[in-house]
Amino acid sequence: MRTSEDVADGAAAAGHFASVDEVEARLAEAGYLASPAVATTVYLADRLGKPLLIEGPAGVGKTELAKAVAEVAGARLVRLQCYEGVDEARALYEWNHAKQLLRITAGRDESWDETRTDIFSEEFLLARPLLTAIRGRDPKVLLIDEVDKADVEVEGLLLEVLSDFQVTVPELGTVRAERRPFVVLTSNAARELSEALRRRCLFLHIGFPEEELEQRIVRLKAPGLDAALTASVVRVVGALRAMDLRKAPSVAETVDWARTLLALGADTLDESVVRRSLGVVLKHQEDVAKAAAKLDLDAV
Amino acid sequence: MNGGSGLAGRLTGFVRALREQGVRVGTGESVDAGLAAEALGLADRERLRAGLAATLLHQEAQRPVFDQVFDLYFPRTVGAPVPEGDAQVPLVREELRDRLAAALAGNDAAAMAQLAAQAVDSLGGYGDASGSDGWSAYQTLERLRPQTLLARVLAGLREGQELREGQEQGAAFTDRLAADEIRRRIEGFRGLVATEARRRVAERRGADAIARRAVAPTADRVDFLFAHRGQLAELHRTVRPLARKLATRLAARRRRAARGRIDLRRTVRGSLSTGGVPMRPVLRRRRPGRPELVLLCDVSGSVAGFAQFTMLLVQALHDQFSKVRVFAFVNSVDEVTDLIEQGRADPEGLSSRILAQAEVTRFHSSSDYGTALGEFAERHAAALSPRSCVFVLGDARTNRTPPNAEALRAVRDRAQRVYWLNPERRSAWDTGDSAASVYAEVVDMYECRTAAQLGALIGRLATV
Repeated sequence: MRTSEDVADGAAAAGHFASVDEVEARLAEAGYLASPAVATTVYLADRLGKPLLIEGPAGVGKTELAKAVAEVAGARLVRLQCYEGVDEARALYEWNHAKQLLRITAGRDESWDETRTDIFSEEFLLARPLLTAIRGRDPKVLLIDEVDKADVEVEGLLLEVLSDFQVTVPELGTVRAERRPFVVLTSNAARELSEALRRRCLFLHIGFPEEELEQRIVRLKAPGLDAALTASVVRVVGALRAMDLRKAPSVAETVDWARTLLALGADTLDESVVRRSLGVVLKHQEDVAKAAAKLDLDAV
Repeated sequence: MNGGSGLAGRLTGFVRALREQGVRVGTGESVDAGLAAEALGLADRERLRAGLAATLLHQEAQRPVFDQVFDLYFPRTVGAPVPEGDAQVPLVREELRDRLAAALAGNDAAAMAQLAAQAVDSLGGYGDASGSDGWSAYQTLERLRPQTLLARVLAGLREGQELREGQEQGAAFTDRLAADEIRRRIEGFRGLVATEARRRVAERRGADAIARRAVAPTADRVDFLFAHRGQLAELHRTVRPLARKLATRLAARRRRAARGRIDLRRTVRGSLSTGGVPMRPVLRRRRPGRPELVLLCDVSGSVAGFAQFTMLLVQALHDQFSKVRVFAFVNSVDEVTDLIEQGRADPEGLSSRILAQAEVTRFHSSSDYGTALGEFAERHAAALSPRSCVFVLGDARTNRTPPNAEALRAVRDRAQRVYWLNPERRSAWDTGDSAASVYAEVVDMYECRTAAQLGALIGRLATV
């Protein structure tokens, strides 16, 4: 059970933000417009010193959030991209065998004891993201991206690292975090994550933003698009999301569309413009057909 | 409420109510929730909601339940709505409708919340003796009839458009979205009214009692057979990821096999880091299996809700697997794979189209498993191979015709695996005309009443 001292400790280690408003303001400066729920959860993750597990559809800015936090906190972003078959050697650390062999051949007349203590030293250790994030005093943001793609065994490894923030290298001893990194895990729910991992994290679901927030995002990412057109773009995307398509358009698609309209020089959204550029928003032919039918695009 | 005072007591009561709704919350999470509440303060309700959700929830699917329980334990206000400035409470029905129309047109969230509170207060009260009185969302909505405002709001918007005549055609395009948008806002208002009514009743009877009775379950715990339209839409969203999961489950092969043939190229490549000594032999990857899926679905009226769900599942599976063949039956079997292919754009009408276009009934229209299975084994045996996996979806109610387990046995012998998903609860199997146990002796039969059960089932299925 954690005591309040533990938390104070964690806060001292992280403690990048003083209030929810500050989170919102500073993320906005970095070009990330956070919804109230996002700002609150980031603040809590920072305050309680707990890892943050983010789920949500593709393209709503899960990875972006980690990058923005790193930027405003002045921290280094350490990224572990998960994929099927990622293992300890890729996630934690690995000995540099080739260099060790060279070292052994170079020192031919040394005694075995000397060589042994030498080749298992820091110099021959290849730190992978998890170890990198723990070592050193400078602030870091550890981004574990698409954790659902990794195998179940890796989750076990993460449990150990995320609960104690320490890694044991048998030859060197235990490396303990002097300063806890701000940890962000993202998942697209390709696989159900284990309950144990979920329990160690704060959970945040980023869905599609509210109309008003999305308009602000579009204005930020595609300046130059006039206000009325921005509003129409967001409204149409909102209608598309309500349609139950194979792949609902995400914020990334909204921004792409806004930029496309900018490039096309369209000043209003009418049928011909929508029909020509619908492919930017919808990525499946059947979705395009369905949307065209529902929006009466052919009824001209 | 017992156990502690003030905020701590509220929180533990809240956590207990969540647990009763099937959300698994441990002590560690409660402590975190307390810390979060302390850090955030109680001034901003939405922040508190976000903070508690972050610490207590682990899945987005639990969010609707969480929100309902949160509204009960951390209500927006206490007591009857306070009259604001000029307006006097209680308002009359027409006045409420006027204001609601204005709020809907302007998408004014604050005004809608205010109106919901006033509407429940003036239209929703029933009973007078203490103990039997209360507030009813149903009665409020029946009297207020917000759905009838749609035309009026739209007309109002159009008028506003004409006043600002200068705009050219562009605005007209987004106008066709307006109807759907207003409809969604009205739906939102109905939700607000329901929340408000629950809050008022909870003040009278205590939040614990209301949380137990009046909170709607999450979609994955709703019975297929009794799901209504809104829940079916919700189910649709839950079923698609399940189909994907089933697909990976069936296609899974142990990638890093313990035995197998050495992959020479990759072993030598790997040995470079150990000075050319092959310390770790690399085995050749197995090709992922490509299962062939055969679905045999009962589409008769007795399982209408389930058949709807079946169609959702079939559709979703069809997107995931390259080789799926779908057969439907009532008392005669017909292949409907093509219909499903064509029906992608319009999944809702699919089951009615199957009944109309495929030959699934003969002579009468009640289901007959024996004949259907016999026909399937006889005519469509070519669809089965030692690599195919068969799912039978149906309630095994034979209408007192012979069950013909022999035919099912023949199907089982030709296919690799056969699973039977039964939408009835296990205790109802073998009652009346159900031949569940006759079939269960031949193949594995599973109770599959809710999306949650289907999910658990998929997790348990053996890999092919």
